[in-house]
Amino acid sequence: MSLAISHLSFAYSRNSRLVLNDVSFLVAEGELLAVLGPNGVGKSTLFRCILGFLPHHQGSIYLNGKDIRTLDHKEIAKYVAYIPQSTHPVFNYTVLDVVLMGLANQVRLLASPNRIHINEAYAAMESLGISHLRDAGYGEISGGERQLALIARALVQKARILIMDEPTANLDYGNQFRVMRRISDLAKEGYSVVLSTHNPDHAFLYANRALMIYGGRVIASGTPEDVLDAKLIKEVYGVDVYIEDYQCGSYHHKHCIPVNGDFERHE
Amino acid sequence: MVDAVSTAQTTDRKLPNYWLRFVFLILAAVVCTLGSFAVGRYSLDIADVVLVFLSSFCGAIKDLHLLSAYSAFLLLPPPLSLLTAMTLDLSAFFADVLDLFFSVLPSPDAMAGNVVFDIRAPRIFAAIFVGAALSTAGAAYQGMFQNPLVSPEILGVSAGAGFGAALAIYFDLGVGAITTLAFAGGLIAVGVAYLISCLAKGSATLSMVLAGILIGSLFSAATSYIKLVADTNDQLPAITYWLMGSLARAEWGYELLFAVTVITIGLIPLCLFRWRMNVLTLGEDEARSIGVNTNLLRLIVIVCATLVTAVAVSISGLIGWVGLVIPHFCRMIFGYDYRGIIPAAVVMGAGFLLLVDDFSRTIAITEVPLGILTAFVGAPIFAYLLMMGERRS
Repeated sequence: MSLAISHLSFAYSRNSRLVLNDVSFLVAEGELLAVLGPNGVGKSTLFRCILGFLPHHQGSIYLNGKDIRTLDHKEIAKYVAYIPQSTHPVFNYTVLDVVLMGLANQVRLLASPNRIHINEAYAAMESLGISHLRDAGYGEISGGERQLALIARALVQKARILIMDEPTANLDYGNQFRVMRRISDLAKEGYSVVLSTHNPDHAFLYANRALMIYGGRVIASGTPEDVLDAKLIKEVYGVDVYIEDYQCGSYHHKHCIPVNGDFERHE
Repeated sequence: MVDAVSTAQTTDRKLPNYWLRFVFLILAAVVCTLGSFAVGRYSLDIADVVLVFLSSFCGAIKDLHLLSAYSAFLLLPPPLSLLTAMTLDLSAFFADVLDLFFSVLPSPDAMAGNVVFDIRAPRIFAAIFVGAALSTAGAAYQGMFQNPLVSPEILGVSAGAGFGAALAIYFDLGVGAITTLAFAGGLIAVGVAYLISCLAKGSATLSMVLAGILIGSLFSAATSYIKLVADTNDQLPAITYWLMGSLARAEWGYELLFAVTVITIGLIPLCLFRWRMNVLTLGEDEARSIGVNTNLLRLIVIVCATLVTAVAVSISGLIGWVGLVIPHFCRMIFGYDYRGIIPAAVVMGAGFLLLVDDFSRTIAITEVPLGILTAFVGAPIFAYLLMMGERRS
């Protein structure tokens, strides 16, 4: 299952500025694409296009080779699952109830989930290591657990393309890395994952590909190691960073270290 | 390799004995219903009520027996009619036994029968259906707007109904017209609010709430104007009293039949879609990304909830708080899953309004309007729930 986007442009109304301008990229099966860029550059709009919420886009979006404009929302949901930021819920459902909601496409219109559906939900929770939380209140668990519950909900939806809107936002330091590792495991299992993040380290550690969006345009695309350098991050985020090549035994990764303006002097 | 995200803190929120709780709820509602027959100015105790029921039940069996005997002999071919005659003989025997049984018991006087069947039964019937309608509609609206502070009046149905009723009273159109115009007014108000929200830009649910507030205050102003120009001797008190809500007008007739039918028809889709309502509480984008047709589902919920509310308001006047408090109570006892909340709201709303109506009949020499009582009962309950909620979420 792959996601291909070619020359995608979008504006909210005819005369307003382009929120997305000629965006093209491809995510193959088993790939994890990290989309970076400051707030308000069009990452969320891009995701809403991929989910089929904004049909009046220019260019094409192909889900597994099918143009998204030929699919209705139920079919799109079979290909793409959306994992929003975990917010505090209005109603305190149990985690199991939340995961079961992902089955809305598969449960008959007037029915409720049956035993088979519930077992599917259990299996998804098991695979993410949250089966002990199934009866806990969704509002009472930690942000990281909530994020995993939302991922489990996407898994029972049985879509192979996962779109995640800043999955590590609002998570504490430890949960950020634990959630990211689960997500990269999913990519290794064959899911195509597209996620937005502000942390270059997440791209270095877990992503196969990185995409930098700025002003609605893709200004850099490729492997994180090739694409993300100090100059680009300075240009986009306006922050001085030092990209370090860290090697320790078999472990070899780049890391992004923010520095103060007087860094050069100390060096 | 996988490591658990933070430590487990499993709280026992799953309610394993859901059915037990539900059975208790139904039992409580049945007891309420029986008790309501015994409450009122004409003193009857529960034994009298049961006696009245049994004797009329026995009479009905005998009538049925005669009727079916005639029709069997007239309509069926000989061998079958013979067979039917034998079973009918059997049922006649049972009817005789019942008769014997009742000849031992004191027979209820005709007055008691009248009170039970002609005065209290329609009122209890109305209370059950109005209560069930308001609380279920409230639960549905709260989920749809993702806001636990929403009540069935959110889209202006009460204000519209109030205006319709005031109009009918002002023009002296009679009792039937009050109900009809109230129903029409409620539907028109919600229809206009929905149209405005469709034309508005931005979030669908938010613009719906705003349009509801707009239409509601518009119709309230119109009602105030009618009150201003109405005859102060009889029309103004009639309008005011109608707006306070009461079931005293309930009697057997087309209005009650119509209301009961509409409420039943409206509640069925809400019950059938109850699991899907969970998904609707996620909000527009999330629900759509899962593959739910949110526009259609929202329209179904609005149409059903509005229909039952409008028809309930049209026979009872404005009764607040039921649609707000009862869904919260249901969540407290049955959890947050709409699969559990909707059936519970039907039963609990019916029982609650029955109880409050009993109080309204007995608490003072004259009847206290329901709208006033539900506020007095509902507000403290709601305050209690808010305080409890602090610990729960």
